[in-house]
Amino acid sequence: MAALRLEGIRPKVLEPVDLELAAGELVFLSGPSGSGKSLLLRALADLDPHEGEVWIDGRPRSAMPAPEWRRRVGLLPSESHWWEERVGDHFSRPTHWADEEGRESTRMLDRLGFGPEVLEWSVSRLSTGERQRLAFARLLGNGPEALLLDEATANLDPRNRERVEGLVQDYLRDRSAAVIWVSHDPEQRERLGARRLIIRDRRLEPEP
Amino acid sequence: MSLIELSARDLSLAAGLVLLLAFMSWRLRLGVERRILISASRSAVQLVLLGFVLEVLFDLRSLPWIGVLAMFMLMVAGWEVMARQKRRFRGPWGIGIGTLSMFLSSFSVTLLALLVIIRVQPWYQPQYLIPLLGMLLGNTMNGIAISLDNLTRHAWEGRGRIEARLLLGADWSAAVAEIRRESLRSGLIPIVNAMATAGIVSLPGMMTGQILAGSPPMEAAKYQLLIMFLIAAGTGLGSVAAVLLGSRRLFDERHRLRLDRLR
Repeated sequence: MAALRLEGIRPKVLEPVDLELAAGELVFLSGPSGSGKSLLLRALADLDPHEGEVWIDGRPRSAMPAPEWRRRVGLLPSESHWWEERVGDHFSRPTHWADEEGRESTRMLDRLGFGPEVLEWSVSRLSTGERQRLAFARLLGNGPEALLLDEATANLDPRNRERVEGLVQDYLRDRSAAVIWVSHDPEQRERLGARRLIIRDRRLEPEP
Repeated sequence: MSLIELSARDLSLAAGLVLLLAFMSWRLRLGVERRILISASRSAVQLVLLGFVLEVLFDLRSLPWIGVLAMFMLMVAGWEVMARQKRRFRGPWGIGIGTLSMFLSSFSVTLLALLVIIRVQPWYQPQYLIPLLGMLLGNTMNGIAISLDNLTRHAWEGRGRIEARLLLGADWSAAVAEIRRESLRSGLIPIVNAMATAGIVSLPGMMTGQILAGSPPMEAAKYQLLIMFLIAAGTGLGSVAAVLLGSRRLFDERHRLRLDRLR
């Protein structure tokens, strides 16, 4: 159970944003390039200084250390970054594949189309789409209670896009996670049948 | 051995060589002739002034005046560190981090040398204090400038990687750990190389000076060794302080990478 509540969140280019998401609710966010979608997600993850407060499960962000907040409210940026050579070194638990968490991670990688050997791969050989899916797996490895997805399927072919969509839907159902998803794809927003918001003239409003 | 005093004629002959260099730069269109001449004039004026000031200070032996000169040297070194950064911290931090690090390292190492190693009486005898401090400031300045420049440059270029780690729940110190190590390494390399080749490839400047001034070579070698060790320690200490202060300043209390604090 993790509901998300925003009050007066104000990234540089936006009017203050108030928003409530129930536990297990998906909200799509769209708007023209440069309208502030990514900045809003960055603000929610507390990456940039800004006004406003966010609550997860009734607990305010300001009451917990930033690293804990970011583990609970996981942001997947549109571009993934890697700092070690090996894929596996980027996962928070250097996965002992025998225990329950390990099996969970294997299942997740499998659902995204990877075998466990992917952890031994070198990051430099990954394609853009592979990076995007693995960055998602890396984030889910933290077990976040809410997800902020910035164009999570923008670089994916239809089959992999379906894999990610399926995983998000299951994650929000099984974990009751609140999800804010920035997507430029109208069909995707239609297909997943969720509440849709759009940024227009610096304001967040329901998409007509 | 005795000291042969240099006359104005001797120095002008040497200066003629610099003029020749400037002429070469002009003929070969290197475009640095102006800078050569300005730098040469600066060093002439600065060194002659320092000579005067030191002669006065050696006579005065007054601690406050020595303190004033030491602070002046520190401020100039701090300014120099700041000027050498491509991306420097905004506001007082720009000059503050370098100056404070040099103060911590150079002054403490100089004091240690005067009080414990050389045991000068009184400890602030300017003949020892000023040259020692000057050598230390000059060299720690290099290390600190290189370390800080690397720190801010890598943070600027590595923003995505740093923020990716923050987003996965790392604290600021873990997110910047590699960049910090890399910056420190690069700051220490010059002095480590200098120690490794001292006496084989190059005759260090201070030792050369002492020998020219008539000291027995073995004494000069011992002093040079002392200075090298002090410089290595001072550079290490100063770079660590600068990188710790600098990397802390790159993040705020919410573990956010604050590149807006650079310019």
